[in-house]
Amino acid sequence: MLEKALVGSKKYWAWLMFLAALSTVGAYYYYQQFTYGLGLTGLHRDVTWGLYIGQFTFLVGVAASAVMLVIPHYLHDYKTFTKVVILGEFLAISAVVMCILFIMADMGQPMRVVNIFLHPTPTAMVFWDTVVLNGYLFINLLVGWVTLGSDRKGIAPPKWIKPWIYLSIPWAISIHTVTAFLYAGIPGRHFWLSAIMAARFLASAFAGGPALLIILALIVRKISKFDVGKEAIQAVGRIVSYAMFANVFFLGLEFFTAFYSGIPGHAQSFLYLYTGLEGHSELVPLMWVSTVFALVSLCMLWIPVIRKNEALLVFACIMLFISLWIDKGFGLIIGGFVPNPFEEVHTYWPTMPEAMITMGIWAIGFLVLSVLYKIAITVREETAGVEIEH
Amino acid sequence: MSMDRRQFIKIAGISSILGFGASVASATHNVWTQGLDPSEVNRNPEALVAKRWAMVVDMSKFKNDEDVKKVVTACHQTHNVPDYRNADGSVNRKDEIKWIWQASYEHAFPGQENKYMSEHIKEMPFFVLCNHCDNPPCVRVCPTKATFKLPDGITMQDEHRCIGCRFCMAACPYGARSFNWRDPRGTNPNGEPFIKNMNKAYPTRTKGVVEKCTFCTERLSVGKLPACVEAAPKGGLLFGDMEDQNSEVRKIVTNQYTIRRKSDLGTGPAIYYIVGGSDHA
Repeated sequence: MLEKALVGSKKYWAWLMFLAALSTVGAYYYYQQFTYGLGLTGLHRDVTWGLYIGQFTFLVGVAASAVMLVIPHYLHDYKTFTKVVILGEFLAISAVVMCILFIMADMGQPMRVVNIFLHPTPTAMVFWDTVVLNGYLFINLLVGWVTLGSDRKGIAPPKWIKPWIYLSIPWAISIHTVTAFLYAGIPGRHFWLSAIMAARFLASAFAGGPALLIILALIVRKISKFDVGKEAIQAVGRIVSYAMFANVFFLGLEFFTAFYSGIPGHAQSFLYLYTGLEGHSELVPLMWVSTVFALVSLCMLWIPVIRKNEALLVFACIMLFISLWIDKGFGLIIGGFVPNPFEEVHTYWPTMPEAMITMGIWAIGFLVLSVLYKIAITVREETAGVEIEH
Repeated sequence: MSMDRRQFIKIAGISSILGFGASVASATHNVWTQGLDPSEVNRNPEALVAKRWAMVVDMSKFKNDEDVKKVVTACHQTHNVPDYRNADGSVNRKDEIKWIWQASYEHAFPGQENKYMSEHIKEMPFFVLCNHCDNPPCVRVCPTKATFKLPDGITMQDEHRCIGCRFCMAACPYGARSFNWRDPRGTNPNGEPFIKNMNKAYPTRTKGVVEKCTFCTERLSVGKLPACVEAAPKGGLLFGDMEDQNSEVRKIVTNQYTIRRKSDLGTGPAIYYIVGGSDHA
């Protein structure tokens, strides 16, 4: 099926070239970082993870969110999702690719990364995260490829693929749970030391990922003859609104515990993020944008007339996506490091090279996504009118 | 079977390349999978040994900044810790690497201060360093076992194995770990090396790996006390075996009131602090 990606309009190729150019810029700056060291980033001894690990965390959520389509479609035989599910699986693949690249970009000694497998350490959450992420990449490649291949021939997918599809469900939950465990088990980082972290991660993932999927599905409809269907968009919209409600609720629970308990350590990171601490308020405007966008998009999604209007729905999804991107891709990581173990405030802001590398990795992710979607779209355009049998 | 010298060397050479030599030399276990047992290594008879190394810090013995500086310099010189400075000579906090330094009471023991306590104690500087915990979070989270516990209680690290993920830095509740954000073997814009007066007896590090205090394992193994202990005024930094009832550190901790940093986290730190200070032992 790969040949489908090699035939396309001028616009398609121009888009790929544009993304390739952005990734080249990223690669150039990565080379600089590789030569100089991670000192080229804004990171320092007090804030040791930043933009890269934030993006990684956020994108694990996007990857996991494919399960929100797989469950209704394959477990509940919800036929409305027949067409959209492949978009979810392919989005997951590109998200995992980005996750792996962001991890690599964050490594001080990337050439030694195989040490994770040469010296497997079951007590280390990074070890488990590597295992589940790579496994998830494999499962989604397998399931996406086999089901789309069958669609192309107009036949039902082979029976042996079913167990893999079912396996992808707990596996998707596992990738984001283990990612939350990277943070939630560290003593002395009060902001992260919260039992609800994994639940929060999953809720924000199941809101942010499907919101992105709505945006992508509408773009696909605009640029091709492949339409996942109005009803599917609406159903995904309902999933987004429930998940976002859970996410905002869980965040509220964190606020309650932090402030009602009155334990300073629990409140300090929240204060730093939302009001500023000891005169440092770099992240405050961003966090309030995130908060306002979260609440506004949630209201929009919960009002049926607005949700049913696709233009407004997309607007709400964009706001929601930005809100979660700030909250999880940035605030969550930096907040955990401020104040430092000495209760001093040392802040962080990404440098230009760091931002360029981040942009480059997103471009590679979109490149992978565009190629995969091109294949899916072409197959679906060719077999338009033929009943999909899964 | 007889073989001439030439044949023997040939077979021995090939088999040691393939690793058979090791299994012949030590038929009891396979060093490739199990590593060496301490009993198989010839230890320096002078080496200082303990069941549980620990340190007592008594800041009252440090009379002035000079006493303090001597300790830090001794440690950082011995271990080739690079000195990063801004153009104006101040410490470049962004790249900074440190194994032992000072923090005020309220920063070293956050949550322990109260607003009525004397400014003297609140502002009083304490040496802070790796706590060589009984239950170190850094070891638990390391995905390559690059940081690990030694049988004598020291939390050690292998900078050749470290992949630079910095999970140990996120996990350490004491901020004891430093990362090489740039090449420590380099020079500043004026051409001065970051490591001045390099100690050839101790390795330098590469960029992209984490490092910290090692309780001077390399000195203990040749019968010397840690560099900081040697450089401190008498009784300022005491080092010994906490499991040995007759050791000086044990006697102080048993007989006097000492505190440890964030012991409520269950890490079991091995650095004990005498606050206020008094004559002892």
